[in-house]
Order: sequence, then C-alpha cells, then structure tokens
Amino acid sequence: MFSNRSGFWPAVPALILLFAFFLFPVVRMLGFSVEAGTLDWYAKALGEGLYIRVLWNTFEIALLVTLFCLLLGYPLGFLMATTTPFWATMGFIFVLLPLWTSVLVRTYAWMVLLGRNGVFNRTLMEAGITTDPIPLLHNFTGVLIGMVHVLLPYMVLPIYGAVRKVDPAIPAAAAGLGASNWRIFWRIWLPLTLNGVFAGCVLVFILSLGFYITPALLGGGRVIMIAVLIEQQVREALNWPFAAALSAVLLVATFLVYTLAQRFSQPEQAR
Amino acid sequence: MKGAHMSRRLLMASCALIYFFLMLPLLVVFPISLSSAPYMQFPPPGFSWQWYERYLDDPQWIDATWRSLYIGAATSVFALALGVPLAFALVRGKFFGRTLLDRVALAPIIVPHIIFAVAVYGLFAKLKLIGTWYGLVVGHTVLALPFVVLVIAAGLRDFDRSLEQAAEGLGASRWQTLRRVTLPLLRPSLVSAGLLAFISSFDEVVVALFLAGANMTLPKKMFDNIMMEIDPTIAAVSVIQILLVSVVLVLIGRFGRGLSGSAR
Repeated sequence: MFSNRSGFWPAVPALILLFAFFLFPVVRMLGFSVEAGTLDWYAKALGEGLYIRVLWNTFEIALLVTLFCLLLGYPLGFLMATTTPFWATMGFIFVLLPLWTSVLVRTYAWMVLLGRNGVFNRTLMEAGITTDPIPLLHNFTGVLIGMVHVLLPYMVLPIYGAVRKVDPAIPAAAAGLGASNWRIFWRIWLPLTLNGVFAGCVLVFILSLGFYITPALLGGGRVIMIAVLIEQQVREALNWPFAAALSAVLLVATFLVYTLAQRFSQPEQAR
Repeated sequence: MKGAHMSRRLLMASCALIYFFLMLPLLVVFPISLSSAPYMQFPPPGFSWQWYERYLDDPQWIDATWRSLYIGAATSVFALALGVPLAFALVRGKFFGRTLLDRVALAPIIVPHIIFAVAVYGLFAKLKLIGTWYGLVVGHTVLALPFVVLVIAAGLRDFDRSLEQAAEGLGASRWQTLRRVTLPLLRPSLVSAGLLAFISSFDEVVVALFLAGANMTLPKKMFDNIMMEIDPTIAAVSVIQILLVSVVLVLIGRFGRGLSGSAR
C-alpha cells in the first residue's frame, strides 16, 4: 500500500494508537447494530415515532443553533476584522475567553440565569413585566440558548478570517461610486465572505448534531437529542445494539454534511 | 458618508449586546462564588469565602482536581510524543496515502465525542480499564492528537528549511539537526500544542463520564453535582477553572504560537 515509504515511519506510533483505540472500538461498537444479522435496530431507529421525533428534534435544534450563530456571529466577525488592532484584540479576548471556559461552567451559569428563580425571571417579575416565572430552563429555549452560547465562537472565527481576506479597496470603491451600505453588504461583503460563512455553518451544524452536555443538563430530560438518547441506551437500557444503530445514524449524518461541505468548498480552496 | 457612520454605530451597538451575551455566564459566576447565602441566590446578599473553603476542605473535590491535573499532564506528554512525529510525516513525508492519513489523523475531531466515548467504554469494560487513570489518558490522547497535529503542521509549513540544510551542510547529523535546529525553532508551536492538549483533557467531560468510574475527574464531579443540586460550590470551582485556563492562555500568548498567527 505504501509503495514509497519516504518519511512515513514517524507516523507509525500515532497510527497504532488511532487504530487500536479509535477506529477499532468505533467499528467494533457499530458492528453490534447488525449482530443479529438483520437491520431491525435501524428500522427501529428510523421508523418508530418516538425515535423519529428525537432525530427530528436533533436536526431542528442543530439547524436553529446554526442560524442563530450566523445571525450573531457575522456582525462580531465583521466588526473584529474591520476595527482598529486594539479593539480587534479586545474582541478576540471576549470571544476566546468563553470558548476556553469549560462548557460545564457556562451551562451551570445558564441554569442560574434561566431557572424558575433565576436572574432573568426575578428581574422580569420585579419589573412587573410578568407575574409568573417564564419557563426558560429544561425546555427547547434553554437548550437553544446554551448551545448558541457554546458554539458561537466557532462561527465567529472563520467569518473573521474571511472578512480579513477581502481587499478593503473593493468596498471603498463601491462607496466612492455611490453604492448604499446595504448594497455594499449584499453585493460585495456577503459574496466575498461566503466561504467563511459556509465553513462556520458546517462546523457549528456538525458540532450541534452530536452535542451531549448542554442538552443533557439544560434539557432536563425533556428535550432529547440523539447524543442523549445514545447515552441513555448504553447506561440505562443497556441496549448496545440499539445504541450502535443510533450511533451509526449520527455518524453517517455527520460525515454526509462534512463530505458535502468539502466538495462544496473545493474550488474556493484551490484558488 | 453620514449613512456609513449610522450603520457603523448600529453594528457596534449590536456587537456590544452580543459580547454581553457571550460574557454574561462568566460574569454571573464570580459574584455567586462569593455569596454569603446558604443556597443559590442572585444577587448575593453578602460577601463570604465559604464556597471556596468548602471546595478546599472537601477531599473529593481536591482529589478530582489532582486527578484532572495529572491526567492532563500525561495526555499532553503522550499527545506530543505521538502527534509531533505524525505532523512531520504529514507535512514532510512523501508517500502514497498521505491524504488518507491526514483524514484519519483529524477524524477524532469530526466523529462526535459521544460515539467515541461509548465505543471506548465498550472496549475498556472488556479490558477492565474503567476507572483507571491511564485508561482516561489513552482516551484523552486520542482526542488531543488532532490539536497537536494541526498546530505542529501549521508551524512546520512556515518553517524555513534552509536553516536545516545549512546545519547539515556544516556537517551536523540528522539527529543533531533535529535536536539543535528544528525542535528549538519549533518551540513556540510545541508549547501551544502541549498546552492545548492539556486544556482539552482538563476540560473533557463526555469521555470522562464513561471511563472515570468512581475515580472522578474535575469535570465529571462538576457534571454530577450540577445534575444533582445547584450548589454554589460549583461557582467557586468554576472561578478557579476560569482563572487556571486564563493562565494557560496567557502562557500560550507569551511563549506559544497560535494556529493561524505568524511567529512573533
């Protein structure tokens, strides 16, 4: 297979680790799903109403998280790329500090903020806006807020990179020729930064599909995403074949998005 | 031009709000960790160190912290030992199947952590490795490897090879060139990669949930506590963790080299 081995040997120790403790266990586990010789577990995962709902939930949340991350991430990335170096550095610190703070810390903080007696509800009730606490935790809204917060930096960084690459003379020329700001954004900035937007969206969507911690904690058992379902099948139901079938579904979905994205962005990368 | 100023202001105002959203959870954790209330209350009624004392006095928390620190350190060492040669092979090697190898090396980032966690849990249960610290180091090394490869490969791509050629031209052996020229020049990348590997292990929850067993790591202990009760001790632990990660980030900024930034 490796006809020309020049420079190949340093990769061997890492490859042994990856084969023995990554590829082998994953393939072994996925094999459980067809152990009985039938595709019954896949039929269950993709055919029973309860599980279709979980898959749909997962897909819907991933899509919404991606959308919100884009809406919040584009202005941030754009501002960071077009402002003075000092403010760009400050912007980076504010994006990277949450990124490197443990997901658990952030999820815990959201529980404090969004709970029945949390900061938001107290403030709203004291201001007389509502009389009863609004349910923000252990539901769809809570999971969405928590996940957007965790994944936003992954959207901001590629968009920042794309905006930085645009030659500032182009929008300046358009402005000089009398184009309005909206027109400059839609006709110049957006098309020229589409690559970064695309990369950010794919990254956030893929990460959302397999997300475990935030839905497990903020969903409170009521919002079940596929990763939470897999964990429950392994640890509570001890149903390895079904967990394996669900894992295969998640893995295929992830790879499909990833491969499509690679295909899509190829001509841009070749520039 | 007045329109340009207006939309710039609008952009800055909306970004201020988004930054507020990003920082809000971090800002909330600090006051709660210093609260004198016996339970979760915000804003806190008074100041006290009680949650930090409770953390420091609880052997379970301290054990979990030490365990996370040495698992992180061991992960960092193994990920560097395996990842640096792998990055060399990927950047400098010329062999059939290199693109495939590239994909394999980065696969642990793309495959959802829950799948890897469940898979390795199944295998380690068979091998009786659940609850051992070295089992966790193996799991974390797999997850840290892509970060090391990305950072070192980026460093190697910008590397000026004429310096190595000069060393060899002056009679240095390949080993001497590696040790005296290549690795010292790569030091910023090595520092960044090692610290990134450390943080990725120190923060890791999903694999630890499955592999740690009764021997909790810090994130697993936090996860269990959050699941069971909202106790402000978590806030104190959170602040300590935020400070620790900030220190590591400052170290990367000072001695390391970013993924995309050029060498400073």
